[in-house]
Amino acid sequence: MNIIVCVKRVPETSEAEITIDKSGKDIHTEDLVFDINEWDNYAVEEAVRIREKEGGTITVVTLGSQESQDTLRRALAMGADGAIHLNDPSFLGGDPYATAQALQAALKGKLFDLLLTGVQAGDDGYAQTGPILAELLNIPHATMVTKVDIDGKKARIHRELEGGLEEVCEIELPALLTIQTGINEPRYVSIMGIRKAKQKEIREVLIKDLGLSPEQVSAAGSLTELKELFLPPTCKVAEIFKGSPDDVSIKVIDILKEKGGL
Amino acid sequence: MSGIWVLIEHRRGEIREISYEMLGKGRMVAEKLKQELSAVILASDAKAYVDKIKKYASRILTIEDKQLEHYNALSYQAVLSALAREKAPTLLLMGHTSYGMDLAPRLSAALKWPLATDSVEVEVSEGNIEAIRKMYSDKVNARIGFRGAKNCLVSVRPGSFPAEIDAAYEGEVISVTSSLTTEIQARKFIEFVEAATGAVDITQADILVSVGRGIGDAENIPLAEALAQALGATLSCSRPVVDKKWLPKERQVGTSGKTVKPKVYIALGISGAFQHVAGMKNSGAIIAVNKDPKAPIFNVAQYGIVDDLLKVLPVLTEKVKALRAA
Repeated sequence: MNIIVCVKRVPETSEAEITIDKSGKDIHTEDLVFDINEWDNYAVEEAVRIREKEGGTITVVTLGSQESQDTLRRALAMGADGAIHLNDPSFLGGDPYATAQALQAALKGKLFDLLLTGVQAGDDGYAQTGPILAELLNIPHATMVTKVDIDGKKARIHRELEGGLEEVCEIELPALLTIQTGINEPRYVSIMGIRKAKQKEIREVLIKDLGLSPEQVSAAGSLTELKELFLPPTCKVAEIFKGSPDDVSIKVIDILKEKGGL
Repeated sequence: MSGIWVLIEHRRGEIREISYEMLGKGRMVAEKLKQELSAVILASDAKAYVDKIKKYASRILTIEDKQLEHYNALSYQAVLSALAREKAPTLLLMGHTSYGMDLAPRLSAALKWPLATDSVEVEVSEGNIEAIRKMYSDKVNARIGFRGAKNCLVSVRPGSFPAEIDAAYEGEVISVTSSLTTEIQARKFIEFVEAATGAVDITQADILVSVGRGIGDAENIPLAEALAQALGATLSCSRPVVDKKWLPKERQVGTSGKTVKPKVYIALGISGAFQHVAGMKNSGAIIAVNKDPKAPIFNVAQYGIVDDLLKVLPVLTEKVKALRAA
């Protein structure tokens, strides 16, 4: 079973203050902490677990700046065998279609049984690259996968639906699956582990290696255009209780009494 | 050709709410562009759906095929791309839901039509359609343009628009022959299963003490449990807590968990991702504790405390206990 996992390095934004830069099309990232995209972390773990059962190899792939190497090293430390880094400034700044086109060019002709990605990236949240890549590679796909059981040349998978419901599907391999958080418990990666993984190879790929023209990648190869970023208007803001834990607790109890909770 | 299309979403014989939300927005866009609004229904038997949708669109395009009984990305894509190529609608609206997220990107690539996912607004600017979508943990809005494309796809975040109630069309039903000739083998729907089963029913609670990622560690869950016990409340949580296996799935509030409506909802360390908010926004009163003053949860809560919840929680629990004892 040969598995390819697409990963992305993203800034942690859920607890950070986000400001828009001068271009009006990007955010300031200097003070943000970057790590492997949370969904991708689950995807790498799932690949490692499947390989434990089925044998085979795992290759991680990323498209991103030089720093994305850290993300690949992390995935290698988790257990991936090799890595491919689409490391060319001309790849950057594309929409999911352009990104998928570059990934497809890099994966074309590679023999694999499973191609995994995260459901979405925590930064832009498009949730598009995986299924587009499946279309470009002409293989079946399933998104929001919460369970994978390999059964010969097929996989039986669970997809997350709304309201606590799941659907069970059967999918022929090779297939692309986008992995949902919570599918497993990703292993802890130590500094030692990352150091050890330095012996594993990261193959760097430039645009000329893929036979792509500049018109097929980045903004030129995109179907969409990000025209501007702006801060959403705050519609309704909570009344904020101020003071010590004692003070605010008293206020909370008042609310609980008033609203019928106590 | 032209037209604004809405892909009707249904599951287990029921039309899903997102369909009506898209029909409402679709009508507004259609009126602005002076184009027709069509609802598109893919099903094994569309009749029951047609009756419910008829007054909300001027045309109802139906494709009936046994292989369309349950949603399947591959069968949906095959018939929808054939239909879209032939009739070339200006805009196709889909839900940013488990079905739409699965289908829309692949359809967009097959048609080479641009797609804006997870959109919260659809605007018309000088005759061009643009979408507004959320990025960076919902803290930033992005305006997405389609580079002059004649046809585009937009997937809509559930709850972004009110459900359509006003429309009074006499929808003309147009039955289209399915383009599926062989049985699709590559992906098959097998069955539905309940992911969250257990003894606790969080939908029945008067008060919910709900914990999120901000609780920090599984070791801190008992602190929230203690408050819930003192209040006679039930403990619930947001998705990250279930993902980390700190609490079971049956406790999860949100789109992929349960929708709740307690008298009081106390959100502890919950940032307020839309998937969570969708499951609790209709609570009687919402009190949020979060150390990030810009957390989106404060846009839905009536009352807030900006502080470390691990400091506030024990004090609040003691005060409630003291009050109960008195």
